[in-house]
Amino acid sequence: MPRIDSALRDVGALDALAAGDSPVHRLDPRAKLLATAACIVTVVSFPKHEFAELAPLALFPVAILAAARVPFGLIGRYLLLASPFAVMVGIFNPIFDRAVATHWGPMAVSGGWLSFLSILARFVLTAGAALALLASTGYVNVCAGLGKLGAPRVLVTQFLLLYRYLFILADEGARMVRAHALRSRTGRPAALRVWGSLAGHLLLRAHDRGARLHAAMLARGFDGSLRPLRALSWSRADGAFLAGSLAFFALVRFGHLAERLGRLTLEVLR
Amino acid sequence: MHMADALISPAVGGTMWAASAGLAAWSAHKLKKEMSETKTPMMGVLAAFVFAAQMINFTIPGTGSSGHLAGGLILAILLGPYAAFLAMFSILTVQALFFADGGLLALGCNVFNMGFWACFVAYPLIFRKIAGDRPGRGRLIAGATLAGVVALQLGAFGVVLETLFSGISELPFGTFVLLMQPIHLAIGIVEGLVTAALVAFVWKARPELVAPAASADPAVRPASVRPVLATFAVLALVTGGFLSWFASAHPDGLEWSMGRTSGKEELEAPAGGVHGKLAALQEKTAFLPDYDFKSGDNAAAEAASPGQPAPAEANEPEEQPESWPAVSAGNSLSGILGGAIVLALAGMIGLSLRFFRRTD
Repeated sequence: MPRIDSALRDVGALDALAAGDSPVHRLDPRAKLLATAACIVTVVSFPKHEFAELAPLALFPVAILAAARVPFGLIGRYLLLASPFAVMVGIFNPIFDRAVATHWGPMAVSGGWLSFLSILARFVLTAGAALALLASTGYVNVCAGLGKLGAPRVLVTQFLLLYRYLFILADEGARMVRAHALRSRTGRPAALRVWGSLAGHLLLRAHDRGARLHAAMLARGFDGSLRPLRALSWSRADGAFLAGSLAFFALVRFGHLAERLGRLTLEVLR
Repeated sequence: MHMADALISPAVGGTMWAASAGLAAWSAHKLKKEMSETKTPMMGVLAAFVFAAQMINFTIPGTGSSGHLAGGLILAILLGPYAAFLAMFSILTVQALFFADGGLLALGCNVFNMGFWACFVAYPLIFRKIAGDRPGRGRLIAGATLAGVVALQLGAFGVVLETLFSGISELPFGTFVLLMQPIHLAIGIVEGLVTAALVAFVWKARPELVAPAASADPAVRPASVRPVLATFAVLALVTGGFLSWFASAHPDGLEWSMGRTSGKEELEAPAGGVHGKLAALQEKTAFLPDYDFKSGDNAAAEAASPGQPAPAEANEPEEQPESWPAVSAGNSLSGILGGAIVLALAGMIGLSLRFFRRTD
């Protein structure tokens, strides 16, 4: 993952967005977590050739991102960077499935292209919903919500500690890379042996830091779990948000919204 | 190797989530029972180290291209399988949330593919067996490389199976296997070499970091094959339970995967009977009868374009033994139009939300 350093900068940007304040930010992380999970399950539960009926689901991430004032450009860049796997696997569908499935006016459309479009729509919706959750909630709050929802304590602590140390060690790694680049004649990445020594030193330093950290935490009464600064509280707004989202997903899944709206429009046009 | 939500079905995603969550709960239980919290900060720091180590590229011997560390194996060697599994869980979660690498529903698959095989199969059954308690350099490299290769081959095969059972991708089993396995053979060798280089360095500088993981700490000593077998048993149970529940809620996904598997002759006897029953079930549970896109629309499409579907069907008779109803109501012209309108509406709602926020 060579883009990791730029990605880490983006992590900071996302977390800065999550520190903002809006009605969406104020919702309980649990409500947003459950709604996001329901959104993703709804998206992937559609039959594989479906894509027009997926369109209404875009409302969920778009509304959250807009209400939380997250710049769409940042999310778009993320989606683009993450898209290769879905696109690479999906592009085989038009090759293997050439049976004509439907007609758009005079144009015959194969099942493969339909399912490829569906994969693209699925990718944008699922990844968009996850990013919307993070940008409007913040990693630490997502973890707190997960803990309240019953995730093992050790795992939640692990999530939080990883995040805490990510930036420190990444900075250290970046300094090492720079130092190596300045001293190497070829400008190429390190040879395997050199890499072993570089990464090994990083590992030893990380290990020592972990030991110091542990001693400091024990001195402050660490008992295996990190406590959030703010206790989560479930308000009526959270219940309404969750219920509304679930009702909307059910409507989209079983209501054939796009088809109905399209027919209505065609009739009005006639 | 990160699977995306776009390519998996709810049944596969849910099953793999159940497996990974179960393994995580079991690992957490093991860690709590058998040791104090000493490992907690170390797990966090070493997981962060895997991210940081990915920043340091290295030249792959012989090719000149560069690679990076994936991490499951080195974590297992330094932390033991249980802590390493939780650490991999956290790494993949951060990747899913922040990098959109792999989705939230696919997280279960990814944790299983990249965490389970490395921590609970490759490490205890291959690395530990080859490296032993007092490894020399040769054994270390041999053990790490072989373990890396096996972990990645199994993981890549998991990706193939999960994709196949999800049925979103049209890639035939054979093609996908031939695509995935050789690529991950190369990646696995590199992963093993890199892990060996790292372990060799640590072994020289601080042998106690590798050695206690090997012998002293009872929590780290894996209970051989028992966890592996238990996981597979649970996985089988969950698959059965989840799929059968799923069948009643949403027939077409399962029906399709059954049809696909029976076509591929991996699941032989029961497919026909279940298939027939499901078809009947599907008739009964059709959601909106007036949108009869199961058979009526198909017939209509064939009537509209006589002769056209026939040669296409003839091209791949074994692919689709009974013509899978590809047409769904939503993809007709009016469906597309409606979808476009909804998208535009969603965009407008987003813009207006933003506008109102600005004005106040």
